[in-house]
Amino acid sequence: MIRGRFRSWSFRRAQPLLCLAAMTGLFAVCGPSAADPAGSTKIVVKEFMFSPTPLTVKAGSTVTWTNMDDEPHTAVSDTGMFKSGGMDTNESFSFKFDKPGTYHYTCSIHPRMVGTIIVQ
Amino acid sequence: MSDESLLSRRNALKCMAYGGAGTLFALSGGVLAPLDLAMAAGDTQGAAKLGKPLFVQISDTHIGFNKEANPDVNGTLTQTIDIVNGMAEQPALIIHTGDITHLSKPAEFDLAQQLFSRLRTTEMHTTPGEHDTTDATVTEYFNRFGKASGNKGYYSFDHAGVHFVALINVLQFKPGGLGTLGADQLAWVAADLKGQSSSTPIVVFAHMPLWTIYEPWGWGTGDADQLMSQLRRFGSVTVLNGHIHQIVQKVEGNMTFHTARSTSYPQPAAGVGSGPGPLKVPSDQLASMLGITSISVVKHPRSLALNDRALA
Repeated sequence: MIRGRFRSWSFRRAQPLLCLAAMTGLFAVCGPSAADPAGSTKIVVKEFMFSPTPLTVKAGSTVTWTNMDDEPHTAVSDTGMFKSGGMDTNESFSFKFDKPGTYHYTCSIHPRMVGTIIVQ
Repeated sequence: MSDESLLSRRNALKCMAYGGAGTLFALSGGVLAPLDLAMAAGDTQGAAKLGKPLFVQISDTHIGFNKEANPDVNGTLTQTIDIVNGMAEQPALIIHTGDITHLSKPAEFDLAQQLFSRLRTTEMHTTPGEHDTTDATVTEYFNRFGKASGNKGYYSFDHAGVHFVALINVLQFKPGGLGTLGADQLAWVAADLKGQSSSTPIVVFAHMPLWTIYEPWGWGTGDADQLMSQLRRFGSVTVLNGHIHQIVQKVEGNMTFHTARSTSYPQPAAGVGSGPGPLKVPSDQLASMLGITSISVVKHPRSLALNDRALA
């Protein structure tokens, strides 16, 4: 099994700008991919969706999920490679992807929510 | 209530706590018939008509939730406990159908247990919700409530001639799918029910609905059909769930399916909005959307009666 290294297990508060953007509806207007600079490793969890998905990153990148919903979500690898634990509103989870490959993940609270990370 | 802004949410809840009325049904031969509301309000005549309350179902307490949809889930649970403690006759058991906590945190479980300790009825049986099992090792729930099942999550017991089966359908989630019971648990249920007479009333409870209410939001259990085929031979089957924070009921043959209200916050009706998150309602409406279900044994014919009670 390919195994990444955990850079951070602990949650951290999302940057205030990210919160502000969500509150003002910036994401709704532009979408997260447009709001973030090119090559971003950020995934926004909002309205019961992971976006962007699929997310393409370079090997060695640390991907950060941030939950913007009032409902908690998780990001759990289909292979057991990573498991976020419950992310409450504005909480984040990060995982470092060392090896190229395609990684599928799911919200274990809402299994209809699925996402993919492509590591090049 | 016209000047809502002058009332705190807590006061609004307090002043309405005993003003409401639930709906009561007797289940007789698979047909639900409405009866007079009783018990919770202390109507002893009505209570006598229903028989002794067998148990009260509490669900989706979500201790740790603190968002706008209900900033005081401890308060609404306390209020729920007050209503149960105030029933004219105390139920023999409490059944909690999961999502005890919001984020599976030790402090949330500890606080929930501290609040539950005020219940006059001390025997409580639980099954976890998916919010109770998000910790990395899935140990917080089982460390506290795993004894009955040997940490498997499924177990059975008997009380007053009724056979109770607790199931877990929140662990083996499949991407894109519904809740799952799994082959091991289904085999265990088959063995457990084998020795039961078809005339024994059966109560099955799990967190996620054991029938498909709304697949796009995962409101169902993918392999529940295999469970239902084992239950069909029984004369009285009551299937209780939580998860969706609202009452949805279905009767199929001798089986009654029922989801309970939450004590924490309401959720939207199936398919309304982006997903099954907390539903924000005006504070003076919140209490009417939270509540419990009490279940009594009706002697003639022998069956179970469900009674939903809102906090207001």
